[in-house]
Formats: sequence, structure tokens, C-alpha cells
Amino acid sequence: MSQSYNRGLIEDFGRWKEFSAGMWAWIFHKFTGWMLIGYLFTHIAVLSTAIGAANGQMMMVGGEEVNVFTGTIQGLEGLFIVRVLEVGLLAVAVFHILNGVRLLMVDLGIGLESQDKSFYASLILTGAITVASVPTFLSGVGF
Amino acid sequence: MAERYSSFTPGGTGWLLQRITAAFLVVVLAFHFFQLHFVTHAAEVTFAGTQARMENPGYFLAMVLFLITAAFHGVNGIYNALVNQGLSGTPKKVVLAILTLSGLALVAQGIYVAIVMAGGSIS
Repeated sequence: MSQSYNRGLIEDFGRWKEFSAGMWAWIFHKFTGWMLIGYLFTHIAVLSTAIGAANGQMMMVGGEEVNVFTGTIQGLEGLFIVRVLEVGLLAVAVFHILNGVRLLMVDLGIGLESQDKSFYASLILTGAITVASVPTFLSGVGF
Repeated sequence: MAERYSSFTPGGTGWLLQRITAAFLVVVLAFHFFQLHFVTHAAEVTFAGTQARMENPGYFLAMVLFLITAAFHGVNGIYNALVNQGLSGTPKKVVLAILTLSGLALVAQGIYVAIVMAGGSIS
């Protein structure tokens, strides 16, 4: 008794005006996933300065000579734009975590009828955690 | 055509592993963010502090597992997103090869860095 019908290409981003809560959750999950894996490669690249530091490589930061690992991280952390990007990274990671938990529950069949509400809850909680973290993330560069 | 009696198609294994790594990553990523932004502020991270943390075997092991699961989860996620988007045939195989090599290179470099941080040396 199953019926098949052509629902068009679901993964057609040109249909964004037709998107429902579940579709937006799917889009945001992909978008944040791409950002997180991109960041992971960058993160390991920055942390690789530990190899230089272990070999005694030094650099100057603010007129002070420090090892290249400490200098790279503190140099980056001294930049306002890096702190803002870190807040963005937190927002992206928190959403991906919360929506990921939502997806695990959907997979297990828990609360399927409120999957749209749990998407909105993920968004609101992400916003709240991000805003609450701003003072910690921007301390020393404006706060 | 031979019937398969498994619930998991080859793609299904990727799906299951994605969920298992997700459950692990939820906990470790939250810990990682909390540890390096709220306990130790990122701006106060020094090589000495990193060495002290990485010399703890439990922390070292957690970070290496974190790297491996995150690299797998990310690369597997990208691959599935692209297949879902319609990637097939030879491009699919090429993308899989590139993603696998990138993931392995990331894990290899990350483990090398972790060992150096913990006071070991390879060269």
C-alpha cells in the first residue's frame, strides 16, 4: 500500500523558503559541522608550534622573549578579532552538540513529535550559553 | 543476488560509528571548552602549562582519543553530506581517498604534537 511520490531534490538549497524546522536543523548541523572540522585542522596547525617550543625556538611578544608555542597562542589571544571568532566557535560547537543530542534522540525514537520544539530549544540554549560566555571570552581585550 | 542478513549496509556502519563517536565527543568537547576557556583562560595558556596537563596519562589519552574520534566524525560527516548531496561514481572514490588521507594526516600530526607536549620525542 506504499505510495511513492516525487518530493524533488531535498538537498536543494534553492528551496529555502519552503524549509521547516527540521530542514533548518539539518542545514545548521551541516554548516556548523563544516566549520568545526575546518577549525580542527587549524587548531592542530597552531598547536604544532609545540614542536618548535620543545626544540627551544623562541620569539618576541610585546618586547618579551617567549617560546614559540606560548608566543603564538598569546599573540593570537591578544587580538580582538580572534576572541570574537572564539565566541563564534563556541556558538557553533554548542549548537552542534545540542542539535547532535537532539538527533541522537530522534534516532532512538524519543520525542519524535516534538522534534521541531527541540530544535528551537537548541537555538535558544545556544544563544543563552554564547551570550553568557562573552565576558569570559573577551576578558583582557575589551571586558 | 546474495541476500544480506545484516541491518547495516556498508554505509550503515558509518552511520552507527558517527553516533558512537558523537556520544563520546559531546562529553569530551564540553570538557575541553570548559577546561581551556573557563578553568584555564585561553589567553593564559603557556607551553609549561600544556606540558603539565599532557604529562598526565589520563589527560593525554583523553586528548588523543578526542583527536581520533573528532577527525573520524568530521571526515565521515563531510563524506556523508557529499554522498547525500549526490556524489557518486569516480568522484565519490576520489573524495573518499582525499578525506581518508587528510584525516589520517591530521591524526598523525596531532599524535606527534601530543607526544612532544608530553615530553617525548620521535626524531
